[in-house]
Order: sequence, then structure tokens, then C-alpha cells
Amino acid sequence: MQPGKHPGSDAVATKGWWKAHQWLLLRRASQFGILGLFLLGPLAGIWIVKGNIASSLTLDVLPLTDPYLALQVLLAGHSLEVTALIGAAIVLVFYLLAGGRAYCAWVCPINIVTDAAAWLHQRLGIKRTAQFARHSRYWILGVTLLLALITGTLAWELINPVTIVYRGLIFGLGLAWGLLLAIFLFDLFVSRRGWCSHLCPVGAFYSLLGRYSLLRVSAVARSKCDDCMDCFAVCPEPQVIRPALKGEAQGVGPVIRSGNCTNCGRCIDVCSKDVFRFDHRFDNSTSKPIAQKTEVMP
Amino acid sequence: MATQDTGKTRRGFLVDMARTACGVALLGLGVGLYSRQAASLPAEALRPPGALAEDDFLGACVRCGLCVRDCPYDTLKLSELGANVANGTPYFIARDIPCEMCPDIPCIKACPTGALDHGLTDIDQARMGLAVVIDQESCIAFHGLRCEVCFNVCPVRGKAITLDMLHNPRSGKHALFIPVVHSDACTGCGKCEKSCILDEAAIKVLPVHLAKGLLGRHYRLGWKEKEQAGGSLVTPDTEHSYTLPEGMRYDYEGRGLITEESAGAAPYGDDPLETLKRGRGGL
Ligand code: SF4
Ligand code: SF4
Ligand code: SF4
Ligand code: SF4
Ligand code: SF4
Repeated sequence: MQPGKHPGSDAVATKGWWKAHQWLLLRRASQFGILGLFLLGPLAGIWIVKGNIASSLTLDVLPLTDPYLALQVLLAGHSLEVTALIGAAIVLVFYLLAGGRAYCAWVCPINIVTDAAAWLHQRLGIKRTAQFARHSRYWILGVTLLLALITGTLAWELINPVTIVYRGLIFGLGLAWGLLLAIFLFDLFVSRRGWCSHLCPVGAFYSLLGRYSLLRVSAVARSKCDDCMDCFAVCPEPQVIRPALKGEAQGVGPVIRSGNCTNCGRCIDVCSKDVFRFDHRFDNSTSKPIAQKTEVMP
Repeated sequence: MATQDTGKTRRGFLVDMARTACGVALLGLGVGLYSRQAASLPAEALRPPGALAEDDFLGACVRCGLCVRDCPYDTLKLSELGANVANGTPYFIARDIPCEMCPDIPCIKACPTGALDHGLTDIDQARMGLAVVIDQESCIAFHGLRCEVCFNVCPVRGKAITLDMLHNPRSGKHALFIPVVHSDACTGCGKCEKSCILDEAAIKVLPVHLAKGLLGRHYRLGWKEKEQAGGSLVTPDTEHSYTLPEGMRYDYEGRGLITEESAGAAPYGDDPLETLKRGRGGL
């Protein structure tokens, strides 16, 4: 990336704007689409999906329940009705296939806000940022589960911005907009990518799922990488890219295996060399890229 | 954080961990304390039928709002952030929209978690709260006027509220028809509170623990025990006898101490306390 250019401008130049924003647009369509389905009931009286992100019922047959919430209920010492158990199982299986944090990139509404904050952070060229350890989120996840165990209530749900905002959008916002604003300002001025990539326990929960999930981003054509660093600049979890993209010498496969990867596909968008694509986790042999290397690298 | 990437010292790493741990512990403490505070439900907020006891409810309800959606009367609401009901949980305000006591209880059926007890299948057994005629100064029935609106709208009519007929001491010749709530039948639906004709309802549905007193467990009501046993439990019903000065007797269950007229004893003793003890019957 040359000075004055923004991450992705090379890709726009070589691939065209649409192609360079393909996954981003699909993601936004998914996030707004799912929210739209929830809103169709209360706003238009068309009841396709009832409930909210915590637990829902689609077309009166398909129950979906957030497994993180279900886990908290169980830890709080309650059993669940079969509906919620089935719902949680379906969601678990889905994210084991689609990538744990696909929840973050494709469903969670906070992601839109934190993406916007990160984008603005970059455009404004803000340099100072507080650092939180990326493992903080697992600690916080642990504490939320512990709180359920100790208090016997879903204590975290009192302040969990993910569910509060989603519920707010569907059932009445109350002061939830303040929470949204706080996260935006926090990410913009206090800590870049602070909330989603360092603190949010929901993201941490889905990160754990993501360690075993099937659908992964892979740097299949990593030998074509020209080190423009655009992917690192747009990725909410840039530390996950390096092993896959640069690990050839160490014999590491091209699949991004870290559970922190949100499967957002933004790296695929912004790479002008088309290094990345969606793949499955078992397609991780090192042989193919090495064969290509001799052809492409000068 | 650059901890892993740049290969800081082990000490730096440990300091880092400790810092995170402290921060997170503080967060946990804060949320924990807040959750205690948020667990107090305002008295006018009632939970849907079949809701578990409040402590359990807050651990079981995932705040999905499916109960809210399936309530045909829009009775239920999900608490919004900033309201004084635990954030995201379902509740209703009787004076706004009471529960209509649907025979098929769709709210319970919709609940995926069991926060609303699926064992409750007869809506008459629901105990969302307990109605109390809380302001007897304002309820016009206590002024001797015929109202009985609460009595008439009650879905458990004639059982949850009865009208007790009392003498009207003001007019001297009319009756008061006093609404009296019975906890063994009132479901706490709030229809009475909703329809009370006053500007501010004189009958209000309260959480059961606020509305009910509790007789000490050792209390026995003699007449009830007697009725239950079919006769006196103190066998035999002993004749009461008192050691009294001559010319006096004692009417247990009646007038108390009595001085026989014929005895003609001086009604006043030397000791003023004695006089008091004798009471009016002795004079
Ligand atoms: S990290 Fe948390 S807030 Fe961010 S997108 Fe994921 S679930 Fe949503
Ligand atoms: S019983 Fe009927 S009216 Fe009452 S809360 Fe449930 S669904 Fe609503
Ligand atoms: S349906 Fe059950 S879990 Fe969902 S909000 Fe109502 S009581 Fe809570
Ligand atoms: S709350 Fe009122 S209307 Fe409802 S059952 Fe009790 S007394 Fe009757
Ligand atoms: S409706 Fe109100 S004023 Fe009338 S009898 Fe009942 S409590 Fe009293």
C-alpha cells in the first residue's frame, strides 16, 4: 500500500469495486437481512421469525437458541425445555460448520458498529490506542460463566451489549443506543478493535467453537503475496493471518485455523492478488502452494 | 496485545496476566453486585403466569420475548434497558394491560427455557400476584356505595373476590358490600386493578410475598381444631374454678368478676389495685 492509499484500493483497481467489496456486502446483507426477518413481525405483522437472537422460533417449527446463553442457564442451575436444547444444538452444529465467529461477522449487529469505528479510526489516522490483551476475552468469558454459577442468575445478560442491542432493536431500544454509542466511541478513541477483538465474551465463546469449525479462510495462493499488508490492515484479528500466509517455510498449511478468525472474508476482498479464498479446514496441505511458488515468485 | 508476537520477557507476560486477571475480577465483582441490585422487582411489575420464583426466574429466562409474542392481548412486555425491571425480562403492569387468563396459556407454551413452568396447565392455578383492597379509605364500597366492579370483572368470579355484607354505621339502616380477596383463588391476573373505577385503583395486585402475612407455625385456632376433631381436644372440657373471696364469683367467657348483690360486701378494698382488678363487674 502506498502512502495516501487506503487498504483495498489496489484490489479496487485490479478487481473492480464490487469484487473488492463482495464479502463485505454479503455480510452486511446477512446482518441486516436477519435483523429484517426479526423485524418483519413487529413492524409488518409478517411472523416468519419470533423472538430475538437469544432464542427464536422460525415459521413455528425451527427453534434456535444461543448456546452461550443455554450454557449460562445450565450453570445457573436450571434445566431447559427440549425446545431450547434442540435450538442450542442446531446453532452449535451450524457454527461448527460455518465457522464459530461467523456469528460475529455475519449475524451480530455490534460488528457493524465496531467495523465502522475501526474504519474511521484508520481514516482519521488515530495513532494512540490502549492495548488490552487479546486473551482478556477468555477471562471475561470465564467470569460470566462463573457469575451464572455463583449468582444463579444470568448476570452477564444485564449488560451484554450483543443481546441487549439485538433485543432493543426488536422489542424497544430503551437506553440500549447508549451502549452502542459507548462501544463505538470506545473502539474509536480508546482502543482500536477493543471490544470485539479483545473483550467481548460472546466472541470469545464463538472463538472456542471456531477452533474446530469446518469452513475456514485459506491463503491458498500465498506464494502470490506481494506483502502489501492490506489484509492485515482490514482484518479484525490480524494475528490469525500470519501463520497461514507466512508459514510456508515452517511447513504450516495455508488454512487460517485460529478460532479468532471471524470468517468475514474481508481479506479475500482486499487482496489484489487473490491469495485468499474460503475453504475447509482439512484442505491444509503445504504441497500445492510450494509447487506454485516457483512459477509466480520472481 | 503484542505479548506473544514480540516475545516479551516471561516476567512481562506474568505482569500482563496479573493485570488482566485483576481487571476481569473487578468487572466480575461489579456485574455480580449489579445483578443483586437488579434482582429486585418493583411491586407493580408482575411476571407472566407460571413464572418461577424471582431468583430462579432470573437464572432460567433467556430474555427471548417468545412469551411476549404469543400473548394475544399484548399484555406482556420485555423490560428495556434503563427500566427498573431486570433488563430484558418479561413483565406486565396490571393497570395498563392485565392478563386475560387464556385457558390454553400460550405464553407458557412459547417459553423455550421453562422459566415459565410448563407444569402449569390450569390457568386458575396461576399465582402471578395477589389482589389486595389496599386503600379502604378510597374504595367507595367502604363508603356504603354500590360498586362491586372488581367483584364482577374477576375471572374467578365469586371465589377470588367475595362481597361481605356489613352494617353501615353511618346511615344506620343500609349495608356495606365490602370486596374481600381470597388468596386460595386469586390468580393475580390484575383485571380487578385494571377496572377499579377510581382514578388510582383501590385494589392492587401485589407480589404474593408482599401481600401475604404468615401466621406463626405454632399457632392453632382453637375453634378450628375443635371443629376438625369433632369435639374438644382438652378432655374433658374442664369446669373452671377460682378461689375467690366470699360473695364473689367469676364468669369465664362472660362478664368476668361478679360481686353477688346479696353478700353486701364493701365494693372497695383498702388496696386500690384490688379495686382495679375487680373490674366493672365488681362495682
Ligand atoms: S465479538 Fe461480540 S460484539 Fe463483536 S461481533 Fe462478535 S459477538 Fe458481536
Ligand atoms: S395467559 Fe394469556 S393474556 Fe395472560 S399473559 Fe399469558 S398469553 Fe397473555
Ligand atoms: S419465553 Fe421464557 S425465556 Fe423467553 S422471555 Fe419469556 S419467560 Fe423468558
Ligand atoms: S387479580 Fe383480581 S380479578 Fe384477577 S383473580 Fe385476583 S381478584 Fe380476580
Ligand atoms: S372497583 Fe375499586 S372502588 Fe369499586 S369496589 Fe372494587 S376496589 Fe372498591
